[in-house]
Amino acid sequence: MTVNVYFEDVKVGDEIPNWSRKTDFMNWNRYAAVNDEFVPFHMDDEAGRAAKNEQGAFGMGNLRYAYIVNALRDWIGDEAEIREVGCQYRVINQKNDVLTVVGKVVEKTTEDGENLVRLETNVTNQNGDSTCPGHAIVVLPNR
Amino acid sequence: MSEAADTLVTQEMIDRKGIWGGERTSPPISESDIRKWAIATYWPETPPKIYWDADYAKSTKYGGIIAPADFNPFAWPVERPARPQGGGGRGGGRTGLNGGQTDTYGVPMRPGDVITSRTRLKDWNERQGRMGLTLYTYTETEWRNQGDELVRTRISIGVRY
Repeated sequence: MTVNVYFEDVKVGDEIPNWSRKTDFMNWNRYAAVNDEFVPFHMDDEAGRAAKNEQGAFGMGNLRYAYIVNALRDWIGDEAEIREVGCQYRVINQKNDVLTVVGKVVEKTTEDGENLVRLETNVTNQNGDSTCPGHAIVVLPNR
Repeated sequence: MSEAADTLVTQEMIDRKGIWGGERTSPPISESDIRKWAIATYWPETPPKIYWDADYAKSTKYGGIIAPADFNPFAWPVERPARPQGGGGRGGGRTGLNGGQTDTYGVPMRPGDVITSRTRLKDWNERQGRMGLTLYTYTETEWRNQGDELVRTRISIGVRY
């Protein structure tokens, strides 16, 4: 079993480890293959431009969401739970962007015997743009 | 010169508000579906063992392999009917955007699970924005497993102007 973080060890203001991926066309293809997401504007530059993205094809919001889930799982380990994840898609994921999931603890509570930790999250690109602000709640074990 | 619309709320939205529909049922989730999903979303790094190593997963609080929270058991249907309506009720305006989502998770998805989904238009509001009158719709989608346990509730935000 893997416990990466205990409730007692988390403080408001703590930041979770950054989680980064370069999103090239191959990453999008792999994701399209498992999520059945061969949507023309994710696959074809001409279709991307027709959808008003001058740079062509653009990445899937669902994949960015997966990156947030993965960053949380890598932080909490396998003896904890992801309870809630929310985000807003503000900036398009362009081809070859380097996306980084960031998160900061904003609240710790215990409710009905569960140790809840609330985080502010975001996915930034290589320019430092906030592409996907959001929040998450995880349930952590006691030490 | 045309007048700006007073509202982007349509009669179809009013008629469908709060009514569950769009029900569908997934094929059974396989270990291989979960493994491939995890590999694709963690690429080029190795995904956590909880998603693919049954012996390891047995030693965790979950007692077996679980799917990543974002796993989609409805991918790759054999039949492709028109997009299920149910939340439904498209608003007015010329442009639609995916405004984001909030997912609340119940029990995890596991190999062998069969997931049932239903959707409803939960609520909306509209206000003047940079692009003029803008409509925000909130569509709720609920997933339950074969034991009727709640797996996930998603509130999707649609934006139209």
